[in-house]
Amino acid sequence: MINFQLNNSSVEVDLEPDTPLLWVVRDHFKLKGSKFGCGMGLCGACTMHVNGEAVRTCTLPVSAVQGAVITSIEGLGAVDNLHPLQQVWVEQSVAQCGYCQSGQLMSASALLNKNPNPSDADIEAAMNGNICRCGTYGRIKSAIKSAAQTMRAQVSMVETFDPANVEVKQ
Amino acid sequence: MNKTSLTRRRFLLSTGAIATGLIVGCSTATAKTKGYAGIAGAFEPNSFIQITADNQVIFYLPSSEMGQGILDGLTTLVAEELRVDPTAIDVRHASLHEDYKNPEMGMQGTGGSNATRAQFLPIRQAAADTAAAIRNAAARQLNQPVDTLLLADGHVTVDGQRYGFGQFVALASAMPIPENSPLRSPEQFDQIGRERPRLDTLAKSTGTAVFGIDAEVENLYRAVVVRSPVLGAALQSFDASAALKQSGVVDVVELRNGVAVVAQSYWQARKAAAAVELDWDKPELTSWSSDDIYKRFTDTLNDKSQKGLECCEEGEGDKLLDQAQHVVEADYYAPYLAHATMEPLNCTVAVEGDSCAVYLGTQSVQASAGAAVYYGDFDADKVKVHPAFLGGGFGRRGLGDDVAEAVVIAKKTGRNIQVVWSREDDMSNDFYRPAALVRMQAGVSERGVIETWAVRRVGPNVMDHVLDQWVDVLAPDYLNKGFVDWLSKLGRPLFKRFVADPSSADGIYADYDAPNKAVRHVTQDPGLRTGFWRSVGHSSNAFFKESFIDELAQRAGIDELQFRLANMQNNPRLTKATEMVAAKAGWGKPLPEGHFHGLAIHSSFGSAVAQIAEVSVAGTKIVVHKVTAAIDCGMVVNPGIVRDQVEGGIMYGLTAALFGEITLVDGVVQQSNFHNYPMLRMADAPEVEVHIVDSQEHPEGVGEPGLPPLAPAVANAVFKASGQRLRHLPLRLS
Repeated sequence: MINFQLNNSSVEVDLEPDTPLLWVVRDHFKLKGSKFGCGMGLCGACTMHVNGEAVRTCTLPVSAVQGAVITSIEGLGAVDNLHPLQQVWVEQSVAQCGYCQSGQLMSASALLNKNPNPSDADIEAAMNGNICRCGTYGRIKSAIKSAAQTMRAQVSMVETFDPANVEVKQ
Repeated sequence: MNKTSLTRRRFLLSTGAIATGLIVGCSTATAKTKGYAGIAGAFEPNSFIQITADNQVIFYLPSSEMGQGILDGLTTLVAEELRVDPTAIDVRHASLHEDYKNPEMGMQGTGGSNATRAQFLPIRQAAADTAAAIRNAAARQLNQPVDTLLLADGHVTVDGQRYGFGQFVALASAMPIPENSPLRSPEQFDQIGRERPRLDTLAKSTGTAVFGIDAEVENLYRAVVVRSPVLGAALQSFDASAALKQSGVVDVVELRNGVAVVAQSYWQARKAAAAVELDWDKPELTSWSSDDIYKRFTDTLNDKSQKGLECCEEGEGDKLLDQAQHVVEADYYAPYLAHATMEPLNCTVAVEGDSCAVYLGTQSVQASAGAAVYYGDFDADKVKVHPAFLGGGFGRRGLGDDVAEAVVIAKKTGRNIQVVWSREDDMSNDFYRPAALVRMQAGVSERGVIETWAVRRVGPNVMDHVLDQWVDVLAPDYLNKGFVDWLSKLGRPLFKRFVADPSSADGIYADYDAPNKAVRHVTQDPGLRTGFWRSVGHSSNAFFKESFIDELAQRAGIDELQFRLANMQNNPRLTKATEMVAAKAGWGKPLPEGHFHGLAIHSSFGSAVAQIAEVSVAGTKIVVHKVTAAIDCGMVVNPGIVRDQVEGGIMYGLTAALFGEITLVDGVVQQSNFHNYPMLRMADAPEVEVHIVDSQEHPEGVGEPGLPPLAPAVANAVFKASGQRLRHLPLRLS
């Protein structure tokens, strides 16, 4: 039995331990947003967060995530509660066929969690493992920058209105 | 209308005629029924639109959405004429029905960049007639003169009162449906031409868009198929005893092209498939390796006794070639290419009694349904295709090979089956863009006028391989299968001996004015199956043509832009796009140190595209910094999507130009995954700027035309940067 956190729920599975996490999430938990693209960790369509890191789950055996915290695209945001990256993705019509975009969003969100103000080079380094056959790279790059700006503004507002800070001032 | 769009129409006519003309009639339902399941109380004026009593407008999308934006485009047309907010329309993928046939193709399919062009008027007409019907019903129900009623924002407005469409659907259903209702004029358009986020962007940004691979049905088993390493080999024998013992494996099934391992999960099936041992025969393709392909094509190119077939003959043909001031000759080569859609092929089939439900993303619902009939022996009226979004199409999906395996496995095992192809399966079982070797010859006058344009081309065709698939799956089911299969193979002698496959010569002679032209194609085919690859013949022919044009200009000592403009006096759309891109990119103006511009222009699928690539070279590495593009595609439905598609064509084209090559050793495809068939990635992706020529002409293609000029634009810049004229794709500096 393997236990882990999937999108804020505790789950356990009894499957062959070498089953890649991607297929566990897609076919066992029926969360279909993460995609199969290459099976070798080369294209990034299967990217999820494992303990906050962007990881290619098509080559990650489920036995390796015992006790880990997993977030898939379904845990990033929802249609009625979009992550700031998804908001920009929608507004700027990043997707064409859309198949790779869950993976792109998971790599991008892992980047912004660590680096709220990435340079072009930072973005390219973080996103180079994600292939888009429709060629939406330019739009992805610009969407990440827009979202980073939005998120920084939100963070600074939260800081401004943090009750803890208010108390300290009193 | 320029020459290329005529050529393209002729191509469509001929391929459509061949695909469907060989086939007597069509086995889809009659046009009297609607293409969708009825909804109680809804107004159902035609197969495209339903309006429910609670005001929901449903649009059945007849074309496949593979990223090219047709869901957005056609829904916008409905919204325009029906006076509804496009975001309020419930769009569903249409299943098989006569009414959803592509009017230019004669079959229900999506390709050739024609979905907007071919359906711009019919879809608007269907929506305009629906709007008129609602208006007539409202006029009678409210007892108001019809010309006092306004339709806006999904409502009927009269006397300051607003009524939802749903209030009138009952009466509208009982009244005659108007025909030929007037369409809105371009001055009235408030949806067509407006830029707004694509309608499918929310689903595709949240992981909720449903692709074929996401299909789930009850009691679904997964199958992995082990196929021959040499395409087309026949299975001699196999031993699956070890595979059958593996965990989760429930069945092993012999197919005509391999062995399927069926298990409870994909991973179990995938692991067990590796344990199947198979023996194959050795088809003709086994005798071909890539080095031989180039050598044997070269031998044919030089063998004048092989005259090939005429693709174009104008004026004096090539007779006056030697009399020109400058006679230029060069050979060019383009390799086989794989499509590598991000979503590997897959198909899900649920069987219940004698009925069969097929779930997949397909460019031809008709071919997919036909494959279930032909290969699975289901009655045509018992097959239901449930189309999904396509994780990329590019010409790969819709030949029926994906469905063929799944229906046979489902039938033989009696189980619901999902076949998922691995990346390796997908790459080594493609219908490849054919390789081609060409000899370009031109005679140019002292003033730089092209007098003679002569091309001799050697390579495989596309249509014979496609017909081998399509005739089987599109033929009526009452015909004997052996006869149909025999018929499906007639394309090979047809295109080798009698008729030049139009797609082989597409775009190699049409753009320039030379009074004398001679284009011939010699079919030489190793047997590796080929298919439609984004922009088809244009994908290689534009590289040959536009690289060679630069060679001619340079020989004549004339600026490459001026040389082109001077030699296309009869091509106003391409001229306009060329002038626009030259102005926007600053052709002839200084660039950063070490950066060089390359220009290429090309008409395809009715549209004209000009591109300027800004390139530098570092050692043997080619760096593409920026591509500026201008497109004239006629009237634009959503400018954001036109730019999308040109950007996408450039990136897809750049992957091919820099990396793309499928090679064979003893008939075995050597590329298997993205480590040895690399893709352009973000760090290498150039900045792209797309400009759209303002036009009120009928809309033309955008999904493919952005691709063809890219490779020659880069090659022409590389020549300036390095002095090396690269005549083979992919582009490799030495």
